[in-house]
Amino acid sequence: MKSLSKYSIFSLARNALSHHKGWGKAWRSPEPKERYDAIIVGAGGHGLATAYYLAKEHGLTNVAVIEKGWLGGGNTGRNTTVIRSNYLWDESAAIYDKALKLYEGLSQDLNYNIMLSQRGVVNLAHNLHDVRELKRRVSAIRLNGIDSEFLSPDQIKEMIPIIDTSPSARYPILGASLQRRGGVARHDAVAWGFARAADARGVDIIQQCEVTGILREQGKVTGVETTRGRILAPKVGIVAAGHTSVLAEMAGIRLPITSYPLQAMVTEPVKPIINTVVMSSAVHCYVSQSDKGEVVIGAGVDGYNGYSQRGSLPIVEEQLAAVCQLFPLFSRLRIMRMWGGIVDTCPDASPIISKTPVEGFYINGGWGTGGFKATPGSGWVFAHTMARDEPHELNAPFKLERFTDGSLIDEHGAAAVAH
Amino acid sequence: MLLIPCPYCGEREETEFHHGGEAHIERPKNPDAISDEAWADYLFMRANPKGIFLERWVHDAGCRRWFNMARNTATNQILDSYKMGEKPPKGAR
Repeated sequence: MKSLSKYSIFSLARNALSHHKGWGKAWRSPEPKERYDAIIVGAGGHGLATAYYLAKEHGLTNVAVIEKGWLGGGNTGRNTTVIRSNYLWDESAAIYDKALKLYEGLSQDLNYNIMLSQRGVVNLAHNLHDVRELKRRVSAIRLNGIDSEFLSPDQIKEMIPIIDTSPSARYPILGASLQRRGGVARHDAVAWGFARAADARGVDIIQQCEVTGILREQGKVTGVETTRGRILAPKVGIVAAGHTSVLAEMAGIRLPITSYPLQAMVTEPVKPIINTVVMSSAVHCYVSQSDKGEVVIGAGVDGYNGYSQRGSLPIVEEQLAAVCQLFPLFSRLRIMRMWGGIVDTCPDASPIISKTPVEGFYINGGWGTGGFKATPGSGWVFAHTMARDEPHELNAPFKLERFTDGSLIDEHGAAAVAH
Repeated sequence: MLLIPCPYCGEREETEFHHGGEAHIERPKNPDAISDEAWADYLFMRANPKGIFLERWVHDAGCRRWFNMARNTATNQILDSYKMGEKPPKGAR
């Protein structure tokens, strides 16, 4: 196999001379070994990030990432690519801002352009209560050392000329919070970058391999049963957003998680018309424009749980009606694609990144509708948790036992956006 | 769009209904006497199967009555609906 070369201006020039036919593969497709030091179930962004940081920060390279489909084909490839850390509570602010800080250096760290664009994230206020809430949150977020500011309607209009701020608007805009460090990143590139960098450090990424059972002996995990045979390891971490409950059940663990379809859609590509991310919790929408020019629109979750990666049509109708009220010119756009991903939600809208009653079995899930923005931070703390068999202080509050001892981290609506 | 068979009104569109989560969860008879784990189980832990799920619905834009339904969460196929207090249909656990 050709060794992985570093991407640089020189490798680009060198490969240009051979008409770009000489680029090696970005990662291997190895056969699973009989035994690893750790297995990660799920090759999405979070799982691949976990493997990368296990290798980089903890020297654990005999690691397999097992994926039932293709890497990055779940929620990593289905989200609306928004990144932000404007969370109300200290615990959330700390972990999401860790993720944002890692994102800020990730292209260099991975030697892979994740196309991070810190174009700002705007959260709209539509009534007086929203205004008071957002002002409170702006202050709380700043107290945690995270950038946040409040915008007047005039400032919003100046920043986003196509938004309807007239007093007669169906959803009047009375203000907004802005996190300038927020923005978007290329979601596929995040998965691919982590996959390539983890692979380069010796991690085996095994695709088309579904886990069908969690092997245990005397309360300890010993490996996994898969469609490609039995693979042994003393540590198994599941990072399979959407299907966390299904995998946990294989280890006899009941979770406070419910899975829902969450939809998103893109319009036909148009010239640049919006240069930031706009979110509104009241009408459940978030909007940004991709580098290709498509307007990316995120919807709210479905009204009932399920695993169909399609979502229900009434949600789409509500969604587009609201978006066209906020941005009247969008009524002329045509929707090109729409899709659904399965998000697993917790009662307190915060994730579970935790040890479990089964020794050597770890869970990272329950990210609800907002996992993408946490990808590097999630992997970073989960690698720590798996390598040392104890949580990092950043993820210690996100333990499974919080539902028993009552220390919930109630982010419902606290982050000024639908969860 | 799901067509939901209300046991009182017949088949109607899903926008007439609201979902009420997992069915057949009973509030513990003596909350003071049970452990924190049992209370957490009642409050927060939920079945989340990829397959047949027994759930509550309310027909709030119709008869406004609650009922239960058996639905496949992977395909959205509805097996049957049944009134509160009745047993789930055969084949649904």
